[in-house]
Amino acid sequence: MSTTERPPVPSADAPPARHRAARLLGAALRHPAVVPIGAVVLALLIGAVIILAAGLNPITAYAAVIDGALNPDSLDYTFSVWGFICGMALAAAIPLRMGEFNLGGNGQLVLGGLTAAVIAGYAPLPGPIVIPLAVLGAAVVSGAFGALSAPLATRFGIPIIISTLLLSPVAVAVGSYLVRFQIGESGSAVAQTPRLPEGARMWALGDLSYSNVGLLIIIAMMVVFWLVDTRSAVGYELRVVGANRRFGAYGGVRVGRLALGAMVAAGAAAGIVGAIIVMSSPYRLIDGALISPGYTFAGLAAALLAGGRPALIPVTAILFTVLQVGGAAMERSADVPRQLSDVLQGVVIVVLALRTVLDQRRSERSSA
Amino acid sequence: MHVFELGFIAAVLLAATPILYAALAGAISAQVGVFNIALEGQMLWGAFAAVAGSYYTGSAWGGVLTAVISTALFAVILAIGAARWKADPIIIAIGTNLLAIGLTGFLLRVLFDVSGSFSPTGLQGLPKMAFLADVPVIGPVFAGQTALVPLAFVVIVAVGVWLKTTPAGLRLRGVGEHPDAAASLGVNVASYQSWTTIAAGALCGIAGAQLALGNVTVFTENMTAGRGWIAVAAVMLVAGRPLWLPLACLGFGAAEALGFRLQGIGAPQQLTDAAPYAITLLVLVLTRVRFARRRQTVA
Repeated sequence: MSTTERPPVPSADAPPARHRAARLLGAALRHPAVVPIGAVVLALLIGAVIILAAGLNPITAYAAVIDGALNPDSLDYTFSVWGFICGMALAAAIPLRMGEFNLGGNGQLVLGGLTAAVIAGYAPLPGPIVIPLAVLGAAVVSGAFGALSAPLATRFGIPIIISTLLLSPVAVAVGSYLVRFQIGESGSAVAQTPRLPEGARMWALGDLSYSNVGLLIIIAMMVVFWLVDTRSAVGYELRVVGANRRFGAYGGVRVGRLALGAMVAAGAAAGIVGAIIVMSSPYRLIDGALISPGYTFAGLAAALLAGGRPALIPVTAILFTVLQVGGAAMERSADVPRQLSDVLQGVVIVVLALRTVLDQRRSERSSA
Repeated sequence: MHVFELGFIAAVLLAATPILYAALAGAISAQVGVFNIALEGQMLWGAFAAVAGSYYTGSAWGGVLTAVISTALFAVILAIGAARWKADPIIIAIGTNLLAIGLTGFLLRVLFDVSGSFSPTGLQGLPKMAFLADVPVIGPVFAGQTALVPLAFVVIVAVGVWLKTTPAGLRLRGVGEHPDAAASLGVNVASYQSWTTIAAGALCGIAGAQLALGNVTVFTENMTAGRGWIAVAAVMLVAGRPLWLPLACLGFGAAEALGFRLQGIGAPQQLTDAAPYAITLLVLVLTRVRFARRRQTVA
């Protein structure tokens, strides 16, 4: 596998020592980790230039980001956000594996939160039953909602990227309407549901106030995705179709069914995240609170940076979690607007798309 | 009753115009074979640049010029990435859309020290065509509009006719239809694709300027609110043919204007906001059903 083990190419005119050094450097540059890490480094540099251009200090800004996200007091909160971003990364990564884009994460997230708020808030059942029921219900509703995009693509030729984008605001609006007018707490200035009863709140992990059993559920989902992706026929089919759709169809993969399954799984993942957020502190569905932190696009960015590979998502999600959580701290202590986090996310994705191409070009040149 | 209906037509035109410019941008990109979903972010950037330009130059047309030039520059990312380097236009567009949201919010704070929205006193909006007020029929429809509204239709017809009748238009369509064939005839495919993508950026700049200086006179964070995605859907609906765009976009404009009317009589805003998306999807499904059937009867 390693390019350094190739027999040396006989060459009369190049001095052998320099040749080997260049080859080692070339091999190091071809390492698969170079592209994503390079994208992140370049994005941070571009971010630093933007901060400098705004007349602020990039070093204090980045220090504030890291301190805000990773100091011991905030780790509890940071881990819970990491879980949400990992979950939304799954919602993006599962379809991405077969070359489809799910940009409807917001709608799936809200429907999941809504379902959980209704089940956990109104079902008169004991905690050990109602909590799993709310999570499952959210997965079913959001999974079904995500599934809508598959027949729209296979029957009507509307690409999944377009249908998810058009369906999402509809779900968000319906959720917003229900919270404001139907299931909202009456007499409250903010549109929000009443607090969930004690028994219907997600089980705590020790005395942590943000991270709870929901985090374990999300980690379990990531393990399942990793197992399916690496060890099962379905995972293999997903990757084959992602690499070459026609080849997959020719090889007997039923692409329509696969798309349906991928979208159900993606919607369910987002729905479970929504349920966990609602069942965590402050234990209610607040209008807009599921969307405004931007978990959907942070998750999408993490999935893209990981190239959809399940084993890398937890790692790439760390980066976007730190940006997300630290962004608020940066705004407080270094006076750099938190929108810089969005800028950096965007730059990472753009640089990544461009770097992938440079990489392809390089391999084309070396094979020519 | 008569005035009421003409007023409604005016509202439809107002709602449709930004989408028309953005959809034209998407259509010419589709003609050269670039799937352009960067419209939303480019339009948002255009809206910000228009307000900033108008603020600094003290002239609304200065704002439009700023929007057109800077959005065309913003589109260079997509042009170079997708057309020259053959990177995935979808991933680049997802990135630039996020970048536009982040940069506009960031600059709003850094340049103007506000967050949320920016409308300083004395911000120049685009002038309305008040001189038409006394003309029957045209007056009530266009007197309250900016010149960019009728211009949208002129530009769309011009581009549509240009694509159909001129050699350059033919080459441009050929690039999208069959890049290899076009290249074998000596057409520089990458060059056509990248310049078209940059021109599409300029059109999105106009769309943003009309939105922020014509429809209203303010910049609000994320003020495009999905109009760029509706434009993408409109491009799909007409299969990239510019001359059909007015029909599609006026439909969406009507949905938005009707939503405002319904809000006026007490319908909840959340549901009327969702209407354009639901209607867009429904229309896409219905037209595809028709196409699917037709294909079946042929076969």
